[in-house]
Amino acid sequence: MNINPRATRAVFLVLLLLPAGAFAAPGGKGEQTSKAVALNDVDEAEERGLRAVEARDASEGPLVVLDGGTVMTATGKVFAPGYVVLEGGRILQVGEGSAPSVDGAQVLDVTGQFVTPGLIDTHSHLGVYASPSAKAHSDGNEATAPTTPGVWAEHSFSPQDPGIQRAVAGGVTAMQVLPGSANLIGGRGVVLSMVPHRGGRAMRFPGAPETIKMACGENPKRVYGGRGGAPSTRMGNLRGTRAAFFKAERLLARLESHAEEGGKKKGKKKGRKDRVAEGEVEPGGAAWNRDKDAPDRDLDLETLVGVLRGEILPQIHCYRAYDMLAMMQVADEFDFRIRSFHHALDAYKIRDVLAEHEVASSTWADWWGFKVEAYDGIPENAALLTEAGARAIIHSDSSKGIQRLNQEAAKAYYSGLAAGIDLTEDDALAWITLHPAWALGIDGVTGTLEPDKRADVVVWDGHPFSVYSRARLVFIEGVLRHDVDRPQTWSDFAVGQEVTP
Amino acid sequence: MNAVRWTALLALCLLSIPGQPLADTGSCQVLRGARVYLPSGPVDGALVVVVGDRIAEAGLRIAGLTELDDGRVSYDGSICALTDVGGKVVTAGLVDPSTALGLVEVGLESRTRDMEWEGGAPVRAALRVADAYNPRSTLIPIARLQGVTSAVIAPTGGLISGQGGWVDLAGGTQAETVIDPSVAVYADLRATKSRAASLRLLAEALDDARFYARNRRAHEQSRLARDFSTGIPDLVALTRVVDGSVPLVVPVDRASDIEALLRFAESQGIRLVVAGGAEAWLLREKLAEAGVPVIVDPLVYGPGSFDQIEGRPDNAALLDAAGVPVLLSTWSSHFTRNLRQRAGNAVRGGLDHTSAIRAITETPARVFGQPDRGRIAAGARANLVVWSGDPLELSSAVERLVIGGRDVPLVSRQTELRDRYRDQPGIPLAPLPLSD
Repeated sequence: MNINPRATRAVFLVLLLLPAGAFAAPGGKGEQTSKAVALNDVDEAEERGLRAVEARDASEGPLVVLDGGTVMTATGKVFAPGYVVLEGGRILQVGEGSAPSVDGAQVLDVTGQFVTPGLIDTHSHLGVYASPSAKAHSDGNEATAPTTPGVWAEHSFSPQDPGIQRAVAGGVTAMQVLPGSANLIGGRGVVLSMVPHRGGRAMRFPGAPETIKMACGENPKRVYGGRGGAPSTRMGNLRGTRAAFFKAERLLARLESHAEEGGKKKGKKKGRKDRVAEGEVEPGGAAWNRDKDAPDRDLDLETLVGVLRGEILPQIHCYRAYDMLAMMQVADEFDFRIRSFHHALDAYKIRDVLAEHEVASSTWADWWGFKVEAYDGIPENAALLTEAGARAIIHSDSSKGIQRLNQEAAKAYYSGLAAGIDLTEDDALAWITLHPAWALGIDGVTGTLEPDKRADVVVWDGHPFSVYSRARLVFIEGVLRHDVDRPQTWSDFAVGQEVTP
Repeated sequence: MNAVRWTALLALCLLSIPGQPLADTGSCQVLRGARVYLPSGPVDGALVVVVGDRIAEAGLRIAGLTELDDGRVSYDGSICALTDVGGKVVTAGLVDPSTALGLVEVGLESRTRDMEWEGGAPVRAALRVADAYNPRSTLIPIARLQGVTSAVIAPTGGLISGQGGWVDLAGGTQAETVIDPSVAVYADLRATKSRAASLRLLAEALDDARFYARNRRAHEQSRLARDFSTGIPDLVALTRVVDGSVPLVVPVDRASDIEALLRFAESQGIRLVVAGGAEAWLLREKLAEAGVPVIVDPLVYGPGSFDQIEGRPDNAALLDAAGVPVLLSTWSSHFTRNLRQRAGNAVRGGLDHTSAIRAITETPARVFGQPDRGRIAAGARANLVVWSGDPLELSSAVERLVIGGRDVPLVSRQTELRDRYRDQPGIPLAPLPLSD
């Protein structure tokens, strides 16, 4: 199986046309549809400004057999020992026992080691609050207005953040970088594949849908209330969020009537107007720009239109049960689906509702108490959600935490077991692989070790839930990007710092 | 540590044991069969005898210990409960040498925070954070459930932030829990806009303290013409730094700052503790030579800031190998329970496992003047943890917690919340039946 970049793009385009349900693993919740718009995959000639001007890294993943380790697939199956065959950036085979002989393959004996899918973090600010900490690196909150859906985390993202390599060294192969939570609607997040590039666009995870960061609770009301402005209360928060969506609904209505007018002309080929209206292209893309009859573009509202159309997956910072329920009322009012709450420390109190509405909870193992809305956090949150059939995710929200997501999942797992909650290691592994992939709309292509998925694979030198274990090898799209014994320097920042006179 | 004081304290502890009434089984207990972390290192199958609030003896063989027919044992004329803890691990209670436990309940709510005198004078050496310590804080049982039984609570802010205290984490009053309200004085070089200016102001304050100590009577009789840089209570507090009774703890990461502080401490004749020390490994030989301990955060390796550029995961390992006393800390309030995970990460970075255990038990106790804590040895305070396995491993849990010889229940506000919602989501309130 030889995959060239063009063929890869074709594969992703096919995947994009499938409902998100088709991505879901057996037993997963797949009802929610996400009509994904992928910036790398639109017609480049048409969509100038959206394609990456920097070419994506074209390294071909070699033919590799990982033989003899414990293979934890995050699909419910563990092969001990087992094998994984990678080729051309894809997983070719996964199985139990000794590996079949594969012509021309490089065989890596990983006996005594553990193989897992690449870890995925749904909540990072790497690159938008780049290390080292400096005023100049504060690019995560456009805290100049409480609703700024038109800003994109991608446009703040520094691929020179040394934290990116540290995350990869911790086994992370994909992450969502989000704006901060100062704003009710903070802007677009971006899902990245952790392959080093010079700009954010080329690091976009191919085929990943667009996401949006929203926030409820203390942060927006503290930031704006503290300046004597609005919002200054939770009810002010809700007013601000609903007002923004009312405006977006009006724009959506205008776009739809514009499409009807365009439709009357009945061209053979779909007109630009249809494409704008149907959201086939990035809302606000070049096609819209050049359509003189279309409603005026509005960077803020068109992002919310994407939410209303189900193309942009909402990721909502929320701690309290009552705040989450209030945001679910908003989603109900405007008929969109919340993909994941983030932080969600009270999620265990509404785990039945979250399970029924198929909203994921991205949370920590044991963060709590740093503010009042975090006062009721308990380490069994993820375990209780899992028991109730809700989708739990362990996220980092931290440049340090992302370096040891495996340890964080382990703490949540062992806390759950100690409380008598019935869990498997595979359940806990899914908190940092399959479930975050789902929350980001990329579970059809990564998040588990299964044939045809991207070869995002980690080899650990011990059990991934041990505090002592390290990610020894990290493959991203089949290419070895981290070897614990052969450190490279990714960030220019580190260059020359050790030079002494 | 003052050797004379240590010996005297230990002798006092030993003397106190035979004097206690020992007939009561509740006051004497024997743990048998575990891997026990003794001062010499881990010993499999060791016995630990606890009498009252002290460890009477610990080791593989204990003279005078006789097993009785009823499953109990007699020791030194008293009957002791015997607990078989075979397959378990026993350590001294863990000590976090830099926390804000009991000084903050909710991070962002300023009215629950007492670590820092915001807007206060730059030198506030007389401030004792232990006076604000709340032993009833919900954070304490939560930290305790992961084996932390003692902590140094530290002030922040200002040039000289105040005095840190030692607390044991069981008991509802300050009288029971604040073991020593003044185990160290804290200073912060970032209090001014120049590290050099901070050092100059620090030198001035210490010089004033020294001068005041020598001329106290003259001052009281108003015969001194000299003006002091800070108030008399601050000078009195700093006298203890100047005479070496307590260390000056300085949070600092950059190698050049550590170097400047080493020079400063030597010229001032004071005891220094480096807190943070991300780049301390670069100066490990000098630190070892000066006997300056370093409180390390094993998860800080750079470049979190421009001061941590040479930070690395084996910082603690390199310092320990060079003979520098290493302490590990969470630098936290709400996350103090993760102390053992931090220590595990130091081992992951290359630190010897036994050294890592010492770095969260014995070494902080010694550095902060509590030599009868942090160790399982005759005469030591009975602060003990029984672990299901390796104390640093995430899969292990605390099975039993003993503080001052008493079992502490393994509950916290978080376990209560968990239990409240365990069987169903939603607030578990049934309709009240009508009363007659």
